[in-house]
Amino acid sequence: MRRNRAENDASHAKLTRRAALLGGAQLLFMGGLAARMRYLQVDQADQFRLLAEENRINIRLIPPARGEIFDRNGVRLAENVPSYRIVMVREDAGDVDAVMARLSRIIEIDLETYERALEELKRSAPFLPVTIVEGVSWDEVSKVSVNAPALPGVTPEVGLTRVYPRGSDFAHVVGRVGRVSQKDLDALENPDQVLRIPRFQIGKLNVEARAEDALRGVAGTKQVEVNATGRVMRELDRREGQSGADLQLTIDSKLQGYVQARLGSESAAVVIIDCESGDLAAIASAPSYDPNLFIGGISSADYNPLLNSKFRPLVNKTVQGAYPPGSTFKMITAMAALEDGLISPDDTVYCPGYLEVAERKFHCWKRAGHGWVDLTNSLKQSCDVYYYDLALKVGIEKITAMANRFGLGIRHDLALSSVNSGLTPTKDWKRTARGADWVIGDTVNASIGQGFMLASPLQLAVMTARIATGRAVAPRLIKSRDGVEQPLGDGTALDMNDNNLRKMRRAMYEVVNDRRGTAYRSRIIADEWRMAGKTGTSQVRNITAAERARGVTRNADLPWERRDHALFVGFAPYDKPRYAVSVLVEHGGGGSTAAAPIARDVMLQALAGGEPPLNAYPTGARARIKTQQNRLRNVQPEVSIKGKDQA
Amino acid sequence: MSYLEYTVKSVPTGFRKILHLNWPLALLLGTVCGVGFLMLYSVAGGSFTPWAEPQIKRFGLGLALMMGVAMVPVWLWRNLSGVAYGGSLILLVLVALIGDERKGSQRWLDLGFIDLQPSELMKITLVMFLAAYYDWLPAKKVSKPFWVLLPVLIILAPTALVLEQPDLGTSILLMAAGAGLMFLAGVHWAYFAVVIASGIGLITAVFQSRDTTWQLLNNYQYRRIDTFLNPAADPLGAGYHITQSKIALGSGGWTGRGFMQGTQSRLNFLPEKHTDFIFTTLAEEFGFIGAISLLGLYALIIIFCVVTAIRNKDRFSSLLTLGIALNFFLFFAVNMSMVMGMAPVVGVPLPLVSYGGSAMLVLLLAFGLVQSAHVHRPR
Repeated sequence: MRRNRAENDASHAKLTRRAALLGGAQLLFMGGLAARMRYLQVDQADQFRLLAEENRINIRLIPPARGEIFDRNGVRLAENVPSYRIVMVREDAGDVDAVMARLSRIIEIDLETYERALEELKRSAPFLPVTIVEGVSWDEVSKVSVNAPALPGVTPEVGLTRVYPRGSDFAHVVGRVGRVSQKDLDALENPDQVLRIPRFQIGKLNVEARAEDALRGVAGTKQVEVNATGRVMRELDRREGQSGADLQLTIDSKLQGYVQARLGSESAAVVIIDCESGDLAAIASAPSYDPNLFIGGISSADYNPLLNSKFRPLVNKTVQGAYPPGSTFKMITAMAALEDGLISPDDTVYCPGYLEVAERKFHCWKRAGHGWVDLTNSLKQSCDVYYYDLALKVGIEKITAMANRFGLGIRHDLALSSVNSGLTPTKDWKRTARGADWVIGDTVNASIGQGFMLASPLQLAVMTARIATGRAVAPRLIKSRDGVEQPLGDGTALDMNDNNLRKMRRAMYEVVNDRRGTAYRSRIIADEWRMAGKTGTSQVRNITAAERARGVTRNADLPWERRDHALFVGFAPYDKPRYAVSVLVEHGGGGSTAAAPIARDVMLQALAGGEPPLNAYPTGARARIKTQQNRLRNVQPEVSIKGKDQA
Repeated sequence: MSYLEYTVKSVPTGFRKILHLNWPLALLLGTVCGVGFLMLYSVAGGSFTPWAEPQIKRFGLGLALMMGVAMVPVWLWRNLSGVAYGGSLILLVLVALIGDERKGSQRWLDLGFIDLQPSELMKITLVMFLAAYYDWLPAKKVSKPFWVLLPVLIILAPTALVLEQPDLGTSILLMAAGAGLMFLAGVHWAYFAVVIASGIGLITAVFQSRDTTWQLLNNYQYRRIDTFLNPAADPLGAGYHITQSKIALGSGGWTGRGFMQGTQSRLNFLPEKHTDFIFTTLAEEFGFIGAISLLGLYALIIIFCVVTAIRNKDRFSSLLTLGIALNFFLFFAVNMSMVMGMAPVVGVPLPLVSYGGSAMLVLLLAFGLVQSAHVHRPR
């Protein structure tokens, strides 16, 4: 020690002081650290615990199984079947290019899909499965499974896809599903989170779309633990969702299949409604298309012909189409006059072939005229002048009001897309919509279902059912939802004079069953199934005076789109109405030749609950009908019954 | 204070020295290292690899080093101080010239058998050299301007080199340790008042220089300061580390989530979970009780060092022990403040617990010096 002791002691004392001071400061700081620890770990523990849970727990949705759709006998119309896709996980695959090359040798992958998949594989997180091909067959799945050792990271996955086993028969009823588009999401105010699941399908058309809420079900959730990069570490909790409700339709798939086959490629529509309940037994629009084509996204090669066809297969003519009802409207005009007490059924009108109103000639379809006609004769022979005369007496407002009571001009809300309300014109309507005053000629035209008057085949069927029963029959399409019967439509009495209705039904009976009736050739001769009805032929063009002088051009000589629409409405059996039917054949020519035969065939099919016996037909028609039955028998597809094919 | 009831008249010699080591201190150090092994085992998901096993090996080496250093008489270390400081300074220069660059900063020197961070070594040799300086300097001269300027230069030379790497955390630690030693040596209050005042001035200057041509810090350092001041502004970007670290700490609660049950660290939400942020894992898994216990261990180490320093009549030994204790304190204080959101993220590991070879070896070596001072204290 080279310093003296005193000096050393003094400096050591100072050192001790300062060391104590610094040590104290350090302890103080540690106290601060401890306080901070306490604040974070004790006082705020709950909040941070919550944040930690939010960090690590991710909630994933499990898509619910979509409800299936059945016909009234339990035949499956829309089902979910397993579909396979091949997925690859990059980090398991190792050399992605090599594995992809090997995979493409085992199953067929087109170049576009191949490149898209490769790009997606390289872009997405290494642990996320990337879909390589979708909708692969079981065969290909087996091939991939067998070759699994050579295909690291490649696995087949199973999902559910919608299939319509009845194909085109129900495109215009059941509709179809498709991928959720941005448009679908925008249309909803508060879109269900489940819609954001990739590959989720939403109803796009008809029942699938209109009953979407019932069919979709409720998504299940699973809680998974994820790490900071989003990789799933394990499943913590699983809450099963609820599958969508199964729907049963009122449609009889066998009848529907027959009707579609009967219409074939003709541009036509048929509605068969149960007169008592209002249940729709068949609602067919032709030509139709296979909705299964749309499921995985339709190719333009398939889509363009559908879009561009002049027969408009994509349009559901039964409810979307609005056509001049033509002579099928005459019952309404007559009922308006009868109910108003302006005429009695026996009053006669002279038909010289035309009626001059306000210096304009309104022609009857028969140039020579019908002579003196009463209600029955006028309907039987479809004399136009008789109804011109009635219309002038009754006026448009009462005709329109009567039409509305029979369900025309009213939107029957079925679970179908774009249900049209048709049009029953009034003076006010013309003023606001057309900016012109109502003229008497408009009334005359409306009396025979021409001019502004428009109705859909569905409305005409409802009208006929109401005439047949005298009750406000309302159509129903969805019979039950998960086994729970849905309410029937309104069926209260129309509150009309029974005699008038009976007279009307009798006249309609004569239309079909009287030798001079316009639909005599389409009569049913089986006594228990006698049909009553009314033909209609509605013009889609104006016939000029010059043409009329030359002689009206025959339909067969006109281009298709200028020919008349053929219509027929009817019900059977006459004495105890069970079904009402409406038939529309676009540009089919005459109602008696183009529409009535179809109506008879489908009505018999409905009444017989299958192929009717030939002796229901008049003897002269039987040979032809037999050939037709043989032909159509081969067109109808096999059906699968609920519960039998799937355990 | 001594646990040994002998009254030894002179400094022990030979293997008897082992009996005179500060065993409680050694035990404390071992315990802290043990906590480190446990946490490294946990963050690896219950595995000795890749962190716990090499750390244990290094601890063995470090322990041997500590013993070896403790056996060497402390005056020999005093005489070697100048050489050690000079050597460290040369290594720092070398690192600036030929060092390995990692994560944007040049801190490492590859010596073949070990990757050395000369800045770590400098923390100790600076303390050694300053302690030797004040041991040599007569007490009367301590506050004379020239004799104050000299140690300031001794401190600033390595600080500048470290700042250049750039390693803001270590340069602050060097300055703080150096200043602390000067304070302990008895430099007049007024100097510190002036330095603190100018420090505030410097901080102002640092902020003023931002986005100008004479910008004093790197952009990432500014961003870290921003993040520190307002981590909530960018929770997924720059503030991510602090936010996640606070969540981990906070979710531990009183008793923690259990050993190896910390979701924050196990699921990789925590950054640098085996190095700078290892304290958060401990706090998450063992809760407030675990965290405060570690802090308690650290506090005991500091107290033991201060007590042995005060009882030691040798000026060099006292200053050395206190300087090393201060260094150790600064280490964990900065690290803990950082992970608890009280200081910027500057990249300072938790001493003896964080994974890292040179930091642990250097610290054990430093405690070897403390032990040497204790063993060879005048009696």
